[in-house]
Amino acid sequence: MPKIIFIEANGTRHEVEGITGQTVMEAAIKHDVPGIPGECGGACSCATCHVYVDPDWAGKTGTTSETEDDMLDFAFDVRTNSRLSCQIKITDALDGLVLRVPKEQF
Amino acid sequence: MSKEIITTDAVIVGAGPVGLFAIFQLGLVDIKCHVVDILDRPGGQCAELYPEKPIYDIPGYPEITGQALTDNLLAQAAPFAPVFHHGQMVEGLRRLDDGRFELATNGGLVFHTKVLVIAAGGGSFMPKRPPFRNIESFEQSSVFYAVRRIEDFRERNVVIAGGGDSALDWTLNLEPVASRVTLIHRRDKFRAAPDSVAKMQALAKAGRIDFRMGQIMELHGEDGRLRALSGRGADGAAFELEAERLLPFFGLTMKLGPLAEWGLNLNENLIPVNTENFETSEAGIFSIGDINTYPGKLKLILSGFHEAALMAQAAFRIVHPEEKMVFQYTTSSTKLKQKLGVG
Repeated sequence: MPKIIFIEANGTRHEVEGITGQTVMEAAIKHDVPGIPGECGGACSCATCHVYVDPDWAGKTGTTSETEDDMLDFAFDVRTNSRLSCQIKITDALDGLVLRVPKEQF
Repeated sequence: MSKEIITTDAVIVGAGPVGLFAIFQLGLVDIKCHVVDILDRPGGQCAELYPEKPIYDIPGYPEITGQALTDNLLAQAAPFAPVFHHGQMVEGLRRLDDGRFELATNGGLVFHTKVLVIAAGGGSFMPKRPPFRNIESFEQSSVFYAVRRIEDFRERNVVIAGGGDSALDWTLNLEPVASRVTLIHRRDKFRAAPDSVAKMQALAKAGRIDFRMGQIMELHGEDGRLRALSGRGADGAAFELEAERLLPFFGLTMKLGPLAEWGLNLNENLIPVNTENFETSEAGIFSIGDINTYPGKLKLILSGFHEAALMAQAAFRIVHPEEKMVFQYTTSSTKLKQKLGVG
């Protein structure tokens, strides 16, 4: 099972087992990673699963869809490596993926 | 000021799918409803969050969108002539001496009702508050989430943040009023009517407003008076900007709101109910759908439908205590068919 690494804004590291085919947000919720409430449950209709993709992984996680980019308008401190983690599907190629959790979700 | 009191059998708080189905179930047992919802249209989360998204677990519908489900539920409830009060949030609740309830909304409506049905889902949709440090201290004086009085913005240096219709509409509407309007949005794509976007761009080109691509990160000011904002441009460069008023338009989020103050037992922001009739700790107040909790609760629309049906049986005994409850099926009962206008 691919490992996903979440790093909180305060530096706390969470290494969780992801299930191929599920989303990164689902993995975060399942393992109680702080700072990712995922309020809408993965419908891409809130922005509370916002993460920063580690630059080393940017090429592997793909790019934002139009809906996702629209929804990022509702996130705080959006950067070029911002993604909504409910829109990243876990694949074997993402084993070791590093994501940073923003200081604030809103 | 004397207020006209709306007297009714039942008030349903929340016009989401479960609230809408409650109109139908209450209607079958001769209970008339008024429905109060903070949104400007019925459907709740189905209409607000996912109108176009298909739902796959509504019994009898292999696939249906949030909007189509809402439309069907409205059609199903229509024979019972529910009265909708949109854009209203119930703020106050108290029990009257005769056992009924008095409800007051933030829009000045007052209801007297025999039963109250709380079908408020995840709570009230409220404007999202950006996580700027100390933003609370500027609210009501410099930071507003809606324009209630245009005069608050006259001859002021106004900054509007966001990229949807509210942000664009108020940029256009406040331009003639404010001393200066600056629209800040993180990108040059907008989720707004193309016509409004074109108008905004024309105003910016003519130098009558400023459009800045970027994000606000911090507010500056003293004693509730906003003086300036700082942030980061889309190019990564920091900026600081003078501002007396800020209108952040970052969509809506769900908050429990005033309901928390109604004296009901709560369990982690959910309302515990019994599973016999979905009554709360207060006789005559029922809670159905996502906002309630009980052992085994599943937050599914279909569970809310079941809860509405059982709630209606108990509500009947409160609203029509002198009548005997006769359980009937819509397929065969002449009376029910008449009520539905198909008899």
